[in-house]
Amino acid sequence: MEQWIQLTIDGITLGGVYAVIALGYTLVYGVLRMINFAHGELFMMGAFGGFYTLDAFENHTTMNDSLPSLTIALAIFAGMGTSVILAILMERLAYRPLRHAPRLAPLISAIGVSILLRNLMLRWTNARRQVFPQVFPRGSIEIGDVNVTYIRIFLVALSILFMLLLYIFIQRTKTGTAIRAVAEDRDTAALMGIDVDRTIVLTFVSGAALAGAAGVCYAMYTTNAAAGMGFLPGIKAFTAAVLGGIGSVPGAMFGGYFLGLSESYSTKLIGAQYKDVVAFVLLVLVLIFRPWGFFGKREDRRA
Amino acid sequence: MREDAAPVVAQSAHLELDGVVSGYGQIMAIKGITLQVQTGEIVALIGANGAGKSTTLRTISGLLRPRSGRIGFEGERIDAVAPHKIVSRGISHVPEGRAIFSRLTVRENLEMGAFQRTDRAGIEADLDRVVGIFPRLRERLKQDGGTLSGGEQQMLAIGRALMARPRLLLMDEPSMGLSPVLVETIFNTIIDINRNGTTILLVEQNAAMALQVATRGYVLESGAIALEASAAELRASDLVRKTYLGEV
Repeated sequence: MEQWIQLTIDGITLGGVYAVIALGYTLVYGVLRMINFAHGELFMMGAFGGFYTLDAFENHTTMNDSLPSLTIALAIFAGMGTSVILAILMERLAYRPLRHAPRLAPLISAIGVSILLRNLMLRWTNARRQVFPQVFPRGSIEIGDVNVTYIRIFLVALSILFMLLLYIFIQRTKTGTAIRAVAEDRDTAALMGIDVDRTIVLTFVSGAALAGAAGVCYAMYTTNAAAGMGFLPGIKAFTAAVLGGIGSVPGAMFGGYFLGLSESYSTKLIGAQYKDVVAFVLLVLVLIFRPWGFFGKREDRRA
Repeated sequence: MREDAAPVVAQSAHLELDGVVSGYGQIMAIKGITLQVQTGEIVALIGANGAGKSTTLRTISGLLRPRSGRIGFEGERIDAVAPHKIVSRGISHVPEGRAIFSRLTVRENLEMGAFQRTDRAGIEADLDRVVGIFPRLRERLKQDGGTLSGGEQQMLAIGRALMARPRLLLMDEPSMGLSPVLVETIFNTIIDINRNGTTILLVEQNAAMALQVATRGYVLESGAIALEASAAELRASDLVRKTYLGEV
């Protein structure tokens, strides 16, 4: 029994991370009908943004010791900032020039950006994993017979907080409403006086901020950062977004948790070595039987 | 882009198109249109399907860049201005097929119409005014736009455009797909909007209706102006009667 509870907690932790990343895919898809395949690299670059910021402060141990929460917050904000700046550049240089090109072109451009960033970081780090500074307090609490580490609780809480903030932003603010309007009908949005280009940038920025935060937290959790760290979480979060219905915000959240839990339970039911396979089997099944996902709208096939 | 920045229109002309060529890709749906709309007028642009009526409106509102020709509004050139900036200059466009944001609520649709404005109190007052004009929208403010009937969507599309407080309103086929009673209602509203000081350029296939409310009209045929006259003259002309009013 404890084991199942443990697996559930694992699944929720991982699922929250997937969900937060998945939101970036779904938001960008919503406004551009494009999968930003470099989104996983925003996650990775965010982690490095946090890493190098902490690295710079490494000798200031007094700060780390006396104010761990401030250090953690600093790392997360640095990660978010790194990803946001990159996302703005990415949109401006790699995607916007292809706005009116056939739909395959920005997709290929995105794959190019992804490869570029990963290889830049491989060079920069000499292909070595960087040990992420131990800023998060060790320790855990007992819930019944189950041991839950602080960082896990933090991760679960933070992902819920970020999703809540994003949801409020999208649903309750004028800018969020404009993002939804652009997602539905770009021309009509422009006729309302909405600056479509700016709104698209803001969409990238929102997704990138979440990815950057997730990257830093994930690196704290796994205690390292590496150039290739964005690939699997990125593609799994993409799977989560598709599961939930790409373009749907609640769908991405649902898909993230669904995938996290499926993976976690599968380690017990099938075997830990098949963990990654589960995600992709799910992806294939959804694409065959319900390509619009659980929450997505059935869409007419586009040319 | 172009050298001369001098005003192309006399101050009295609200909107002026001068030799405007525009369209999609290689296909130029309008091939040199010249027309004027004076302050306070309702001008009808009538013509068959594919004559270039919607292209004309989409070019004025900046969704399409003219290939050549000039567009002036209130004495300034607007043919290279981005669509969202055209809105802030005082032109609103009620697009063909209404183009309601179906997943936004009715209230959000109206608020998007006022996107450029920051005067909260004024926006609320205008929202009240719009649901005063269209009481059926008041009951549906919290519903998604997609749940409205065709007539309600047209009301919302017009109301949404009014939220920007335009001085010039471009309307693309407001009668399309509506019952005769609703068409009547919509056209009465158009007259009211005009009386309250908004100049209107109206594109219609329903020529009979359009020429009843308009002061002047243009007949568009395969991308060019075939005829220009007062609404009364157009109603009486043979061409219009045979081709657009269905008389023999």
